[in-house]
Amino acid sequence: MSATGFARAGRRRKTGDIARDTLLYLIILAFFLPAFWIILTSVRLNIEINARPPVWIPTELTLDSFKTLLGWPVPEGSFGMGTNIPFGDYARNSMVIAVVSTLFALTFGTLAGYVFARFRFKAKNTIFLSLMLARAVPGIALSLPILVLFGRVGLSDTVPGMILTYVALNVPFTAWLMDGFFRAIPSELDEAALIDGCSRWTAFLRVDLPLSLPGAAASGIFAFLTAWNEFALANTITRTPASRTFPPALFELTGEHVSDWRGMCAMSVMMLIPAIIFVALVQRQLMAGLTSGAMKE
Amino acid sequence: MTPSTVAKRWARSTPLEISTGEARRLPFLMLLPAIVAIAAVVVFPMVYSLYLSFTDYDLTRPAYQFIGLQNYIDLFSNGDFWQAFGRTILFMTLAVNLEFVIGLLIAQLMAKAIVGRGLLRTVLMMPMMFAPILVGFQFKWFFNAQLGLVNNLLFSLTGDAHIIPWLVQVPLGFIAILVAEIWMSTPFMVIILEAGILSLPTEPFEAAEVDGASGWQKFRHLTFPMIGPFIYTAMAIRSLDLARVYDVVSIMTAGGPGTRTELIWTYVYRLAFTGHNYSMGSSMSYVTVILSFLFTLYLFRNVIKSRWEGRE
Repeated sequence: MSATGFARAGRRRKTGDIARDTLLYLIILAFFLPAFWIILTSVRLNIEINARPPVWIPTELTLDSFKTLLGWPVPEGSFGMGTNIPFGDYARNSMVIAVVSTLFALTFGTLAGYVFARFRFKAKNTIFLSLMLARAVPGIALSLPILVLFGRVGLSDTVPGMILTYVALNVPFTAWLMDGFFRAIPSELDEAALIDGCSRWTAFLRVDLPLSLPGAAASGIFAFLTAWNEFALANTITRTPASRTFPPALFELTGEHVSDWRGMCAMSVMMLIPAIIFVALVQRQLMAGLTSGAMKE
Repeated sequence: MTPSTVAKRWARSTPLEISTGEARRLPFLMLLPAIVAIAAVVVFPMVYSLYLSFTDYDLTRPAYQFIGLQNYIDLFSNGDFWQAFGRTILFMTLAVNLEFVIGLLIAQLMAKAIVGRGLLRTVLMMPMMFAPILVGFQFKWFFNAQLGLVNNLLFSLTGDAHIIPWLVQVPLGFIAILVAEIWMSTPFMVIILEAGILSLPTEPFEAAEVDGASGWQKFRHLTFPMIGPFIYTAMAIRSLDLARVYDVVSIMTAGGPGTRTELIWTYVYRLAFTGHNYSMGSSMSYVTVILSFLFTLYLFRNVIKSRWEGRE
């Protein structure tokens, strides 16, 4: 916590402070409720979800919706999306695509970020700016030509096609973040290594790379979440359970199973789990990185 | 050549300076994978898309011919396109300003909060974990006319089975999408602005305290101007994100009913994929991307300038 935090926390409490904190709790509660409602609905009884007049307090909670998604036997009479949803395929595709594309994007982005931070040559700024502009092209704009091009080279509806796409999508931001992390490492360390007879490449591998690993972890989480949550490109590239990921699957199912709100909520919760784990892991580092002045660059 | 032979030559060159010969290749080799990936997935498709925008290509017809600038000429007289464009600008302006005001309020309260700041921040970050597509689904259900949370609340509060078709009426559909977008993105604003507030030095505030400044005066004359760079960054990033908003709208209303909530990208998508006018969609997407580029360059002109001047 910063010095400001301590100075303020040390002050004696006044009525105004209590009113102010209450207001804050109420606002945060308002932001929390929609998320809570989705999670609660995923374990409620269908009969209560669809009741008119509405039933607000659940009398009973059940995991049936998750059992249905995972293909486990469910009691008679519980209707839902059923086992015809290839949930396992979506989960596998989403995980493989997000993890593999993140590893590649991180490797490529780290190499590029190091060049931006440590080398000086004429074309560097142009290349840097081009990467940033590449990031400004929305996925939906790319989806039009990619649909046609991937169809021609056989990458349509394949996991490698999706991985390639997400690597390119994540490289610019990863390179940008890594550039910032490398700049934060004093270049004297590099120079000392060079004087001691290290080559540029070994200086990178032995000195800068280990020091940049916490930064790489943070960049990796952003890349993972982008890949995990991306919709527009996934919706055009993938068509069958062979490569379809959660976001387009959810989009498709909301059209087909409009009445099964609980099943949709259960699927949403499953999709949230990795995101929650990753955000919980990165929360502290994110705030520390932001306050340390990375934003002032 | 192996990395180590390149590297050996590097040992002889001055650190941080590119000399002549093979040593030039190391930064190039290190940039190569990133450039290849972006060329394959962004540059090449965009060039192809530019080419197709000069033809009458459509997904359902294999044969197509070159029609020159016709798509671009048609585009300028296409009322629906400009209407969607205007609606996107309106949506962007409303969303970024509302998110900023709400975000600044929360950030200021949060920075002063006495207990539970860590927990509050974690709870507030929940919407950031939701994929835009999930947010779209969630609010589509909340605003559902028959069983949605909002109508259910109205039912329980008034005892009257209101059926307000939120996603169908003008301007309720637009407002519903705006609410979803604000819910999803305000936490990002809060995180950046709170980081700004927490990184401020304490001395000016102590001096103001001594001079008897009120809380509002301190906020207005110290906090607000001093977190300027953070405000700028947060609003610039959000504006660019909002310029390409698509996922939330596509799942909530898909731009409909009719064209009532049509934003630029839902319109382009609809035209290209379901309206059987792929090449026209390409030209619209091109015009929009170029405008977004200019907007990006404008917003980040200071960052770009400082890099160009070799501040390094």
